[in-house]
Amino acid sequence: MNLLKILIYDGSFEGLLCCIFRIYEQKILVFKIVKKNEPLSDLFAENIEIHTDEVRAQRVWSGIQRKAGKISIERILMAFLSEIQGEEHTIIRYVQYLIDSKRNIEDNLSHPVVQRLQDVVKMVNRERHRMKAFVRFQLLTDGIYYSGIEPDFNVLPLIKDHFAHRYADQQWIIYDLRRNYGLYYDLKTVSEMELEIAPKANANNIFQEEEILYQELWKKYFKHTNIESRKNTALHIRHVPKRYWKYLTEKM
Amino acid sequence: MNWEKIVDKLSILSDAAKYDVSCASSGSKRSNTNKGLGDARGMGICHTYTEDGRCVSLLKILLTNHCIFDCAYCTSRKSNDIKRAAFTVQEVVDLTINFYRRNYIEGLFLSSGIFKDADFTMERLVSIAKKLRTEHKFNGYIHLKAIPGASKELMNLAALYADRLSVNIELPTIEGLKELAPDKNRADMERPMNDLKTGIQIYKEEKKKSRFTPLFAPAGQSTQMVVGASGESDMQILYTAKYFYQKYHLKRVYYSGYVPISTDTRLPAIGTAVPMVRENRLYQTDWLVRFYGFKVEEIVNPNFPDLELDKDPKLAWALRHPEFFPVDINTAELWKIYRVPGIGVQSALKIVKARNFQKLRLDHLKQLGIATNRAQYFIRTASPMNFQAELPSKGIEQLVLSNYHGKYKNIVQQQLSLF
Ligand code: SF4
Repeated sequence: MNLLKILIYDGSFEGLLCCIFRIYEQKILVFKIVKKNEPLSDLFAENIEIHTDEVRAQRVWSGIQRKAGKISIERILMAFLSEIQGEEHTIIRYVQYLIDSKRNIEDNLSHPVVQRLQDVVKMVNRERHRMKAFVRFQLLTDGIYYSGIEPDFNVLPLIKDHFAHRYADQQWIIYDLRRNYGLYYDLKTVSEMELEIAPKANANNIFQEEEILYQELWKKYFKHTNIESRKNTALHIRHVPKRYWKYLTEKM
Repeated sequence: MNWEKIVDKLSILSDAAKYDVSCASSGSKRSNTNKGLGDARGMGICHTYTEDGRCVSLLKILLTNHCIFDCAYCTSRKSNDIKRAAFTVQEVVDLTINFYRRNYIEGLFLSSGIFKDADFTMERLVSIAKKLRTEHKFNGYIHLKAIPGASKELMNLAALYADRLSVNIELPTIEGLKELAPDKNRADMERPMNDLKTGIQIYKEEKKKSRFTPLFAPAGQSTQMVVGASGESDMQILYTAKYFYQKYHLKRVYYSGYVPISTDTRLPAIGTAVPMVRENRLYQTDWLVRFYGFKVEEIVNPNFPDLELDKDPKLAWALRHPEFFPVDINTAELWKIYRVPGIGVQSALKIVKARNFQKLRLDHLKQLGIATNRAQYFIRTASPMNFQAELPSKGIEQLVLSNYHGKYKNIVQQQLSLF
């Protein structure tokens, strides 16, 4: 009989790859993957703590890359960044399907695992796209453009290049207040950073005076570009869901 | 800057510009290669949406709402008793740069009333674009609305700095134009369009010889017409659109449902509803023609001069052509699947890919995330029986859709509401 094995990992991508390593190494059939901080529920399972090992992780990743096309790599990474509890299982089933299959599986969208990852990619992409749109920079007194966000998924790694490219001539910080880390661009490179106290969206004292005025102008513009006789609140909210309003200048 | 004055001007000049519906910021090739500000490659981003649900992508303003002309449908017309304002060149530049740096916008969409004559006004529009590009190394999107009658020299200059240029044809018919915009004529609109077309063709030739050829209106040209102001039929509108697409290689034709703003008896009275559904049906038709392989004449023609408001044009066409259906999704060519009501381009492509793996049944389509509530009446699948009998009720189907893919559901519904 196969006893359920619970693999506990540190929540990093490398850690997840090490879970895959262990599953293949010990031919584990019945398993559950949990992050360290997630609750364990199964009493009759065997708990295995997975140690994150760079070398093993790299071996697994190379193995996956040999079989996977660009689309599969993207699916795996994005599903990981979704941080959805339990999504690890879909990722692993996908990897197994990928390794076992002789054909290219990427287009087989009627396969439930492929379909599910495709859906997750869509959800994450949507959030990425929203963040490209909804970031609102505010000019701090020290000349840095700052934006706080609270995305549903961990999308900072996915929007980094977009902002680095677009705002190549200004210093900026985009800070994920939910995950408490941010990206800082210093006119040369983008690096990850943590702030002890991240600025709140309306802490006026740390913003340049000009900043407040431009915010007023933007609000004015937002109001006046609306056509009252075409009002369609439902459509408005579908495009700009309320949970994002907190950080949108025009909605403050 | 005098802030209060700027706030005032911005209110007036964004108010006056908002009826121009085109807001697209896609299709340029301008990339940030000079370590400057901004980037306009690829798809434009909607940074927010107005309360009427329209995308806000560009800072859409008029340089001025002073105008020497008297077009009946326009708030800026000479005879209208309203507050007038004008930005300076520098003010528009500053607003654009500062909005862009805060990630409010993708760029600038600038049009204007006519100050003195066409060229005098056009020259100012061009100098704003030039300043942005040269002094601020701005690579964001710039759409300039060309003034009808502007000289070839200025049009060429404009195309060097702007991503897109447009000359609005305003009304679908020449008679409508005579009636409502007596100062204007088609020839003044078509001349700059033709200059641009020629310029873009020359650019493409030059580009083949040298990749350092400076960009020339990389996002092409578009136009716009007001719908529902001059009693025209949908056929007249769409045939006019076709003429302009073909003759001047336009990227887009926009339709702007007339918003009643005048007591002029030549126009629909104030309080008349904005023809939003009609406008939407026109866009749907435009899509069918540009992406689904339909010919305009298949959708509107002398026998069917107007689009039906209660159903989308694809469904209307399908109902008129029962002989075309059912389409067998396992064997039919892609173009035929495109014609199935309820199936969009993305879904059709998915079907064609997925059918390589197995014979598709109705439940496979659902797995693929394709809504079948409409399509089921028009397709044949590998399911043995009639689908209507197979589907117990609409309620259950909706349950399937809403089942934890909450975000996904919205997209499906959006597509459905489009087609
Ligand atoms: S020329 Fe343009 S701004 Fe002037 S009245 Fe006509 S439509 Fe309005």
